[in-house]
Amino acid sequence: MSQIKDNALKEELFSSKNMKLLSNPLGKDNPISVQVLGICSVLAITVQLKTSLVMAISVVVVMGFANVIISLLRKTIPPRIRIIVQLTVIASLVILVDQVLKAFVYDVSRQLSVFVGLIITNCIIMGRLEAFALNNKVWPSFLDGIGNAAGYGWVLLAVGFFRELLGSGTLMGYQVIPEKFYELGYVNNGFMILPPMALITVGIIIWVQRHRDRSLVDIS
Amino acid sequence: MQSNRYIFLYASTMVVLVALVLSGAATLLRPLQERNMRIEKMQNILATINIEAPRGEAEALFNRYIVATRIVDHQGNDLEGDAFEVDLQDENRKDLPQRQLPLFLAEVEGKQFVVVPLRGNGLWGPIWGYVGLADDLTTIVGANFDHSSETPGLGAEIGDREFQDQFAGKKIFDEQGNFRPVRVIKGGAPAGDPHGVDGISGGTITSNGVTAMIRDGLSVYEPTFKNMKNL
Repeated sequence: MSQIKDNALKEELFSSKNMKLLSNPLGKDNPISVQVLGICSVLAITVQLKTSLVMAISVVVVMGFANVIISLLRKTIPPRIRIIVQLTVIASLVILVDQVLKAFVYDVSRQLSVFVGLIITNCIIMGRLEAFALNNKVWPSFLDGIGNAAGYGWVLLAVGFFRELLGSGTLMGYQVIPEKFYELGYVNNGFMILPPMALITVGIIIWVQRHRDRSLVDIS
Repeated sequence: MQSNRYIFLYASTMVVLVALVLSGAATLLRPLQERNMRIEKMQNILATINIEAPRGEAEALFNRYIVATRIVDHQGNDLEGDAFEVDLQDENRKDLPQRQLPLFLAEVEGKQFVVVPLRGNGLWGPIWGYVGLADDLTTIVGANFDHSSETPGLGAEIGDREFQDQFAGKKIFDEQGNFRPVRVIKGGAPAGDPHGVDGISGGTITSNGVTAMIRDGLSVYEPTFKNMKNL
């Protein structure tokens, strides 16, 4: 990310430099598959597509706001307590999201249960605050937050898709593998439900991505 | 580098601001959240007597089918109070003689049911639920469980219909009338066992928690049930 560290971001809102902030984390700067951050939540919550989806959306919201808030405060934050300030901002946002969900979409909040709280522990969020929002203006920080959350989100969805499809034969809770297959002897792969398969699925995504983009293979 | 004074001021201001925002949000949203929780409790109680209550109609259906509530003690004596408001988390911390034990009496199309609330511990946190009993006070007609933080896909499946539906038709007393609660059995209950249901693969500790919750939660009602049967 060093090429965007300069503070001379005077271009218009959707300049190519700004759009890169949004698109790079989706591919060659992906927080999960390239930076290998946030793996713990990928293991924990991708058993079903639905939880993956809501987690992805919640992380987009929290990360967008957190990056904007930290970027607004960046000149006032004392460096010695910056980590505490970042954590306080993230934790407050997560609590707010949780409270709002509980008040207005209670059913969704019931399904998410612990996952909302788990956003606090997502190291991608603090990683972006520390690496980007502390040194950049509000708009680029916002794009960077959204971009990284989306990069995290699509990997989450991809892993959730395969784990639910192969592990339970359903998608979003609906049966998609036809009954006929089971009659012919097809069996759901129970291993897909267990966390190790999330790791292996992420590994396959990393493998495919590096196969297609050789520049990622040998960074040194 | 800022002075220590600045850092302390900054941190204190931040903490106060955050506290204001969060407590403000919590206070503003609490009535809505409490209402949601009340409705969910009604839905869960109704679910055990096999009444599917949509969010909007839960309150009306609850008032129609739950004809009476009672609070009893461990010897079966009636106590004063509103059974709906009894918090089992607080009650379970008290010594047995002080505990308030709520009961919900339902009547659906001329048939009587008793719904017993339960609360126990899973692997990571509390689990709770309701068991609906037919008028013989022995046969379970339905059960409903929930949890705060069990592992999704494993222990959390106690919240799924497939798991809960197993309880219908099971019995909590054996033929001699001895208390014999339903157990959640690892590896599966034998076919036709009226006192066992299949455990959850990978969710053994949560399953055991359900077993313990049913045993401890129902046993305290035994004298009450005996009294009610004698009527």
